[in-house]
Amino acid sequence: MRFRILAAVCLVAALATTLSCGSKGSQKEIVIGEYGSLTGGIATFGISTRNGSELAFEEINKKGGVLGKQVKLLVEDDQSKPEEAGTVVTKLINQNGVSAVLGHVASSHSLAAAPICQSNQIPMISPSSTNPRVTLVGNYIFRVCFIDPFQGAVMAKFAASTLKFKKIAILVDVRSDYSVGLQTFFRQQFRQLGGEVVIEQSYSQGDSDFRAQLTAIKAANPEAVYLPGYYTEVGTVVHQARELGITVPFLGGDGWDSPKLWEIGGPALNGCYFSNHYSTDDPSPLVQKFVADYKAKYGQTPDALAALGYDAARIMADAIARAGSTDGPKVRDKIAETKDFPGVTGSITINADRNAVKPAVILKIENGKFLLVETIKPEAVKL
Amino acid sequence: MKGWLTAAGVLGGLLLLNGLFAGALLPGVAMPPYLLQVLCLAGINITLAVSLNLINGFTGQFSIGHAGFMAIGAYASAYFTVTFGDRLRAVFEFLPEFGRDSLVLLVALSIGAVLASIAGFFVGVPSLRLRGDYLAIVTLGFGEIIRVFILNIDAVGGARGYSGIPKLANFFWIYFFAAATILVVYRIVHSSFGRTLVAIREDEIAAEAMGVHTTRAKVISFVVSSAMAGVAGGLFAHYLMYVHTNSFSFLRSFEIIIMIVIGGLGSISGSVLGAVLFISLTEGLREFAQYRMVLFSLLLIVLMIVRPQGILGHKEFVTFLTKRRRSIGAAPGTTGTG
Amino acid sequence: MTTFLQQLVNGLSLGSIYALIALGYTMVYGVLRLINFAHGDVYMVGAYVGYFLSRRLQGSEPSFVSALLVMLGSMIACGLLGILIERLAYRPVRREARLTLLITAIGVSLFIENAAQLVFGPDPKFFPSLAPSADFIVAGVRLTSEQITVIVVSFLLMLLLRFFILKTRTGKAMRAVSFSLDAARLMGISTDWIISVTFALGSALAAAAGVLIGMQIPKIDPLMGIMYGLKAFVAAVLGGIGSIPGAVLGGLLIGTSEVMVVGYLSSTYREAIAFGILILVLILRPQGLLGRVHKEKV
Repeated sequence: MRFRILAAVCLVAALATTLSCGSKGSQKEIVIGEYGSLTGGIATFGISTRNGSELAFEEINKKGGVLGKQVKLLVEDDQSKPEEAGTVVTKLINQNGVSAVLGHVASSHSLAAAPICQSNQIPMISPSSTNPRVTLVGNYIFRVCFIDPFQGAVMAKFAASTLKFKKIAILVDVRSDYSVGLQTFFRQQFRQLGGEVVIEQSYSQGDSDFRAQLTAIKAANPEAVYLPGYYTEVGTVVHQARELGITVPFLGGDGWDSPKLWEIGGPALNGCYFSNHYSTDDPSPLVQKFVADYKAKYGQTPDALAALGYDAARIMADAIARAGSTDGPKVRDKIAETKDFPGVTGSITINADRNAVKPAVILKIENGKFLLVETIKPEAVKL
Repeated sequence: MKGWLTAAGVLGGLLLLNGLFAGALLPGVAMPPYLLQVLCLAGINITLAVSLNLINGFTGQFSIGHAGFMAIGAYASAYFTVTFGDRLRAVFEFLPEFGRDSLVLLVALSIGAVLASIAGFFVGVPSLRLRGDYLAIVTLGFGEIIRVFILNIDAVGGARGYSGIPKLANFFWIYFFAAATILVVYRIVHSSFGRTLVAIREDEIAAEAMGVHTTRAKVISFVVSSAMAGVAGGLFAHYLMYVHTNSFSFLRSFEIIIMIVIGGLGSISGSVLGAVLFISLTEGLREFAQYRMVLFSLLLIVLMIVRPQGILGHKEFVTFLTKRRRSIGAAPGTTGTG
Repeated sequence: MTTFLQQLVNGLSLGSIYALIALGYTMVYGVLRLINFAHGDVYMVGAYVGYFLSRRLQGSEPSFVSALLVMLGSMIACGLLGILIERLAYRPVRREARLTLLITAIGVSLFIENAAQLVFGPDPKFFPSLAPSADFIVAGVRLTSEQITVIVVSFLLMLLLRFFILKTRTGKAMRAVSFSLDAARLMGISTDWIISVTFALGSALAAAAGVLIGMQIPKIDPLMGIMYGLKAFVAAVLGGIGSIPGAVLGGLLIGTSEVMVVGYLSSTYREAIAFGILILVLILRPQGLLGRVHKEKV
């Protein structure tokens, strides 16, 4: 008897908690949702992006907001798990009633959430997902960064033409669309430029022991290793590689960009290169002001994810302002028309594929600093 | 006769609710989409819990690899829909939209169920010869192996997940299959085959000595159970539109175990209760997501110490209602008053 | 050939870790017939305790002494943790059905993992350098000082354990209890105490493994215990659950085969190897390589 009552009470309590949670934004504000990985193996991506967006909306709100209303940013954590991305975006759209969505950095997560935004006609801008498939999901999905066919080609050109490497090994993260896509494009371009991929090995995001793969790579004797993964594994991989006696440089992509990379990999990373969206060495006043503001607010130098988060947020606000309303289809159209927007990551124009066409930079790691080595424009790379 | 009436009633009720929730019947009165999602996930969990209870609760075999069968059902049905769904639709053009959707879903689910039950057979035959702890670990191992193999199949997205699955599952179909699962398990348990299963649970060696084909019975219940898990997996995939092998790890298997243990291992309504409780608390405590699993695990430990048979034990909700009429062999002086 | 030898060394150092953890599983199963699912998480706690201790000791020169101190500290802390788990969670249900025990073990495991995520934060942490790093090249194979440390320390600990089990009175009592709990109690052995000692020993070894892994990899996170724990359990079963040399053999075999598969085939099959071996063993030779067949009396 007791337990029947207990069961009933539990049921009611549970249902009550479910019904009561979640809040819808009031009419006096514009609510924009952001989903990112604030915890887990790619946490710095989500945190940096969120910081960038927050800074952007803070500046905008100080100047009076958008369409006379203040902008409220709601951020949800997907714990570095792609299947959670879909769940939190559903919650943002259905329960919190956001007008638009910002996110994600990791392409796998963007791919999980994009169909939900598309079917709900909520415009989504990804600040830094570079896998081409993301914007192919539908016409409500945009990005403000370059895509991997370009990024892969950039590093291939740098490796072949500037560093004059002919034999490269590839170590790919099979758990990430980003890594798998990027290495495909790198490989294609590198071969076209006369290079050879001597061996390919793989790992999974979350692994911590790479010695078996590294030993095999060492046996193949490459001149460099292309490692298009995320910073947590990259730092560990390079650290273990040096221990195994691999002295050649490692090359990577924008997934390396994190303040934690040096903390994890340490001096093993000296002499390595990676492609990225922007460099804090850029002398333009817009960039320097952003770097200074960000440092003042968060006490850290902004990485590319923060810069892209900043740009994506500003473009979203700008589009809403131009549309004159928060209506999904109208905002979507205005985002698509974005032309020569002055971003800190370069001048942003959204092309017909809903991607941004921008130059890439090559950074070299030296004693904890990322130094700008070369800027490669889209025209310079034959795709 | 009474059976058919109840069935028709249930079906009709479900259809009505589905229309109501989707906002199709009374315009302006629609269930908040988030709540609808919670209900649907609860329905899928009910199917999973009740099907697992058949093996763990009624047959007494400790299987903790259920997520593997769910995964097979999910991926197989999703692959069918994504690859052949449109062709099937084209053949049945004369049907209305929801008819075609339902048809594709049903075919996909059947394929998922069949493949899952085949897997259940191949897992069951070697494993069910083992006892207790060993069986648990082997089923866990099989669950992981299945997950790793799916992870390596590039055609279904491999390590990146499978996206682009059309949303064919809705409230009606999810609860249709939940009800069907409950019905099937109920009928099995209340049959002579069911008594065999309970005999195996109570004392397997004695049952064997009495002439029961224990391995055969265990394998049959295993196969039936995995088929239903496959259906649940298919519904899962066609509801969330995206699946990733991460969702089918042994943590998922443990979650289902938690549901049936809380509800009561030998009780169908217990599993339903456990499933609903679990999903409600999961969603309700989403803001405190980090505390959620800590709470559940503590609850599990305390429950094992204090009341290992779970909330309902071996009883069903119905027994509480009809207690007065069922007191066969009650102590003198208490007859008729329960 | 050198690549093969190198992979072999990699496998041995990984296998030693599995062996250390497997010993805990096998000892606890021997006395209680319980699969202590939480054992892998004790290994994780050991790594974290080691992490915090070594952060404390930072500033002083990295040396073998500081590494030893960290390991001892972690072993003691986890030994106590093991005793605590046994007292609070397993003792009250000791006489219940096996299923109940198993579910309790799962509950404890989930609890420790999630509590660790709360307390330590879910992001991975990185072990600071403890002992000075040096490399040795033998026959073209590169051995890092970390790898050598892992292999040597593991073997030392295993030898110590074997000595303890075979030559001391408590060790003899442990063997008696694993043979028959009731008979041992009838003989006047304080079974509760022996069980606590078993847990303490097993947990201490797991903690040592955690610190060693931290020194080697050096990434640690709250969920690291799950996979390592499961594979170590497979190792214990492979070697023959209840047999100490079996656990060691099993650990080394699992570690080496895993490295070989990853190096020569594909890393995505990494998890499947251990479980595949487990299933083969349980079907073909359920008592494991070095185990004895238990006849069940009705």
